[in-house]
Amino acid sequence: MYPAQFRYSEEHEWLQVEDNSATVGITDHAQKELGDVVFVELPKVGDKVEAGQACGTVESVKAVSEIYSPVSGEVKEVNTALAETPEWINQDPHGKAWMMKVALSAPAPLDRLMTAEQYEEYLRKESAE
Amino acid sequence: MANTPAQSVASRKTALNSTHRKMGARMVEFGGWDMPLEYSGIVPEHMAVRTRAGLFDVSHMGEIEVEGKGALPLLQKVTCNDASRLQDNQAQYSGLMNPQGGFVDDLLVHKIADQRYLLCVNASRREADFGWITKQNDTGARVRNVSDDYTQLAVQGPRSKAVLERLTAVDLGALKYYWFTHGEVCGVQSLVARTGYTGEDGFELYLPPSESERVWNEILEAGKAEGILPCGLGARNTLRLEAGMHLYGHDIDEETTPLEANLRWISKLEKGPFLGSEVLARQAQEGVKRRLVGFQMTDRGIARDEAPVWVEDRQVGKVTSGSYTPYLKRSIGLAYLPSELASPGQRILIEIRGKRAAAEVVSTPFYRKPKN
Repeated sequence: MYPAQFRYSEEHEWLQVEDNSATVGITDHAQKELGDVVFVELPKVGDKVEAGQACGTVESVKAVSEIYSPVSGEVKEVNTALAETPEWINQDPHGKAWMMKVALSAPAPLDRLMTAEQYEEYLRKESAE
Repeated sequence: MANTPAQSVASRKTALNSTHRKMGARMVEFGGWDMPLEYSGIVPEHMAVRTRAGLFDVSHMGEIEVEGKGALPLLQKVTCNDASRLQDNQAQYSGLMNPQGGFVDDLLVHKIADQRYLLCVNASRREADFGWITKQNDTGARVRNVSDDYTQLAVQGPRSKAVLERLTAVDLGALKYYWFTHGEVCGVQSLVARTGYTGEDGFELYLPPSESERVWNEILEAGKAEGILPCGLGARNTLRLEAGMHLYGHDIDEETTPLEANLRWISKLEKGPFLGSEVLARQAQEGVKRRLVGFQMTDRGIARDEAPVWVEDRQVGKVTSGSYTPYLKRSIGLAYLPSELASPGQRILIEIRGKRAAAEVVSTPFYRKPKN
């Protein structure tokens, strides 16, 4: 379910780090919690994002949720197709619904991020609460 | 992504609570009740009601019985619509008024027979309404809060008649909109009303709580071929908003009057004095300062409840209900605006997370069901 090559945040974002760049999206768990996504607002290319800070929003019919960047850096690419097809976030959250690519200004804080296995454990604990 | 808030454990439960949980509904606290928010999702449930049929547990709604010689005079005093126009087996949308002409609640008044009425009121207002009606009772009417005696189910959608016809001998086709009858559904004696809160054809059933689960399951079973879906309060809210219907505590409250709320049609000033009628008469003569209007977003974005409304650099009001609506696929809402700005075509700005997005005042309802 949760790709092993990704890292996961407690706020339910995933990221994939390659060299000095990270691709970011929201997890399958996050899209399920939200329900049908109808609107997404992403940062712009060139925006500076900071680890732990809100950088966009995802809205379903019933709720609005902020996207927190798990890394710090400059946005170098945004998945603009999501504006027209927000349903991809429900259909393929770990694939074609990636949200942004960030050129890292500091190494990804891997100590604060979870592996797929740890994230699945985290979800189990969260649902048991 | 923020975590969704934990739900309260102290909420009240309908007779179907464990059924909802067994069926995997996502639950939410609403007006002090632990209710299903959604089963398969707000969008599919909303679409099922617009195009086929949906089943809702609305047992959190309250029922109040008003009986005796004093029943009609009491209702004429506390509600703004004219209950004397009701015939036996007819229902009426009305407002329970305070002396300032504000809404203590909005409600349905059912005339069971002469000197016998059944009121259907909002979940969060059960006790407040009962207390208020009792306090105003100077006619000797018997007023009883009978909310716990009923499970209320709503079967809504263009195929709802076809579904229910399999479960009852009641002549549903003969039942006109806002009329009701008594009869057996699934062998259970019920009040069957052709009413609803979705803007679609449909029925509301009032039955004893002991039979709830069986009736619920039999309706879902009988509606399988029609594609019926169990629905939660999420879809109920988007459906009523598309239909331009008011939600108590949001679009109307103790501070807003029927004239301000675009409900002139339930303010029967000619019936004689009632609570708040002087205020309403003055408003009818002089005009209201603010009015509830519908709007739709022209920029991207979804207006949510409480969002500030701007015209140029002046904050002119607040969104009282706002959502993206699945059938119209538009972001729409209701807001109170100064009367001079309350005409269709008026450009307004809705503040969404600190930014202002363009919207336009439009006439309501946003959605009207197709004529047969």
